[in-house]
Amino acid sequence: MRRTECLAMILAGGQGSRLGALTKKTAKPAVPFGGKYRIIDFPLSNCRNSGINTVGILTQYQPLALHNYIGNGGAWDLDRKDGGVFILPPYAREKGAEWYKGTADAIYQNINFIEMVEPEYVLILSGDHIYTMDYSWMIEYHKMQKAEATIGVIEVPWEEAPRFGIMNTAKNGRITEFQEKPAKPISNLASMGIYVFNWSFLKSYLEEDAKDSLSSRDFGKNIIPKMLNADAKMFAYSFDGYWKDVGTINSLWEANMDLLKDKPELDLHDPDWRVFAVNPAMPPHFIAKDAKVSSSLISEGAIVFGEVENSVIFSGVRIEKGAKVVNSVVMPFTTIGKNAYVDKAVVGQNCEICAGAKVGLDNGSIIVVPEGDMVVAEAATGKQVG
Amino acid sequence: MKTVMGIINLQENENAIKEIASNRTLSSIPFAGRYRLIDFALSSMVNSNIQNVGVLLPKKSRSIMDHLRSGKDWDLARKQDGLCYLPPAESVNDMRDGDIQSFHYHLDYLEHSAQQMVLIAGSSVIYNMHYEEVLRFHQNTGADITMVYNVKDKEDFTGGAILQTADNGLVTDIAIASTITPKAKVSMGIFLMNKNLFIDLIKGAQARGGTDFLIDGIMKNNGKYNIYGYQHEGYVARINSTMSYYKASMELLDPEKWQELFLDGGLIYTKVKDEAPAKYKKSASVSNSMVANGCIVEGTVENSILFRGVRVGKGVHVKNSIILQKCKLEDDVLIENVICDKDVVITKGKWLKGASNYPLIVEKGVVI
Repeated sequence: MRRTECLAMILAGGQGSRLGALTKKTAKPAVPFGGKYRIIDFPLSNCRNSGINTVGILTQYQPLALHNYIGNGGAWDLDRKDGGVFILPPYAREKGAEWYKGTADAIYQNINFIEMVEPEYVLILSGDHIYTMDYSWMIEYHKMQKAEATIGVIEVPWEEAPRFGIMNTAKNGRITEFQEKPAKPISNLASMGIYVFNWSFLKSYLEEDAKDSLSSRDFGKNIIPKMLNADAKMFAYSFDGYWKDVGTINSLWEANMDLLKDKPELDLHDPDWRVFAVNPAMPPHFIAKDAKVSSSLISEGAIVFGEVENSVIFSGVRIEKGAKVVNSVVMPFTTIGKNAYVDKAVVGQNCEICAGAKVGLDNGSIIVVPEGDMVVAEAATGKQVG
Repeated sequence: MKTVMGIINLQENENAIKEIASNRTLSSIPFAGRYRLIDFALSSMVNSNIQNVGVLLPKKSRSIMDHLRSGKDWDLARKQDGLCYLPPAESVNDMRDGDIQSFHYHLDYLEHSAQQMVLIAGSSVIYNMHYEEVLRFHQNTGADITMVYNVKDKEDFTGGAILQTADNGLVTDIAIASTITPKAKVSMGIFLMNKNLFIDLIKGAQARGGTDFLIDGIMKNNGKYNIYGYQHEGYVARINSTMSYYKASMELLDPEKWQELFLDGGLIYTKVKDEAPAKYKKSASVSNSMVANGCIVEGTVENSILFRGVRVGKGVHVKNSIILQKCKLEDDVLIENVICDKDVVITKGKWLKGASNYPLIVEKGVVI
């Protein structure tokens, strides 16, 4: 086996409970995004484009759709002879079976796998962020600083800082302080949940943490503070592109809408940084004679007879005559019936919005139609999200 | 269909379609926004569970090999069988270079294949069919050879082999015609027969100086073998001239035909390009058009087909046109009745107009 310098581990087991109805049947990383993608396509494509070809994916919550989607990893060029993609759900051992109790525990339970790959560095990623990033520069930085751990950071607006893990750094980039979700943040450098560790260094901390009965087995809450307390060589690698945590309905909707800007910060059409996905074998989409389409993303296999404005339309969606879809995200194979009206909605896969139905709330918040639902006229159902 | 192997014969006559086929073969002509002609026959084979497909390559084969590669996108990259390339015959003694010679050159591949039957198809006819039904017909009629044909209501000038059949489907005559009269039964270039019979036909034609499979292999043997005609219902288009290419493409701008060809039968597979969904900006206006992924549209598009990765600038008006992959139409360009081959750039403000019965063709990579 060729030596693997850096192994990527993607944490994809979270329930994503804040996505409510969208994650009832699927794990958050498998939630559709951007007209043809699923959230996990972003870290996976980043790995592929950064030259990382051994990737472990840690799954736990509702993994079937996610496992099925990843398959042998071929869509991301990760069906390799050496390495490639490894799906790592929890498994039973001699002494019984245990769930992944936290992000750090998920890695701890896979120490045997990592030892098998024998990497120099481990890159920890999360499966619920939308961004394009070349990890190879971060790993280069990690090596240059002779760091033991490097954390990807991004400047966030001060008022949002309390939602993140916040860092203070010295001039040379060395991390001096770390606060997990502070009420009074000391800086606005937020952790992106992207870590590069020297494997031997990380391993010792994981083993240490496993013995600590008070630990909640979390990177942000436990491992990083412990490393910092021990005065480990930890550096912050700052990233200044588009990065968005799509953990809530609001942020998921916003991230979709961000793509519709004239010059979006995240350019899906960049030929030098393709985002790969499993491609359905669908024909080019069809825009019928009296249809109107503007400021929108439309994917293959969709057919539009009505009006689409400022929306993201996935493959196989059918929008009938007289229907109007505004400021919305319509996921694969959903039908919007004749004269139906959809405004500021996230409509799940395989839904049917019947003729004349209205989906949308008057108070301006986002409405979600869960996967497979049928919405009939005169009754706007779906869960309201604040 | 596990007992059937498929052969796609790409040594087709492409003289009449030189404009778009000058740097590629007929089979690799881009069609319908994201496909190549070969995708339709190949996907039909895959969807009919044919797992061993030989592709008889033409002389200019780079474009088609680059398209098919390992066959992975058609699920034909298999440990056993799967996709097999059959290069054109090379012989120093025999100056004939018809498809008979190429088939003859590859007889060992046929003999070594495990399947007992062979289905031969070309790439210039567009359809989406289940060959299982042809096989059932073949077994029920007890035919030696089954040919698939279709019938059109309208006269057209694409030409083809016209079949005459008796009531029970037995083919009584085959003749090549340059125009197709309404109700004529036109061969779709699909033949199903026993592999051993196919080998005999090839050997016989090779020995008797033949060069063309249809003429020397099939037509000359009509009467000696029972040839039956199977009628295929559904969308069929023949691509053998620039005009038929343009017409067949435009025909797909009908939601019912779009649905029928691409979604009602099996799916049509092609090489995956991982393009982002098409983006329409605020000023975009699109009607009656087919748009592939990777396009960015700011102008007006009407009755047209945009292939993957096309850029349509502000103030652009595209009408009745086919714009192939990665073309760039800069701001304020006006285009009507035009076929733009791959990678064409039309610079700012240019007007190009062809006639509605004879589209203007802009060659690959040209900057106007």
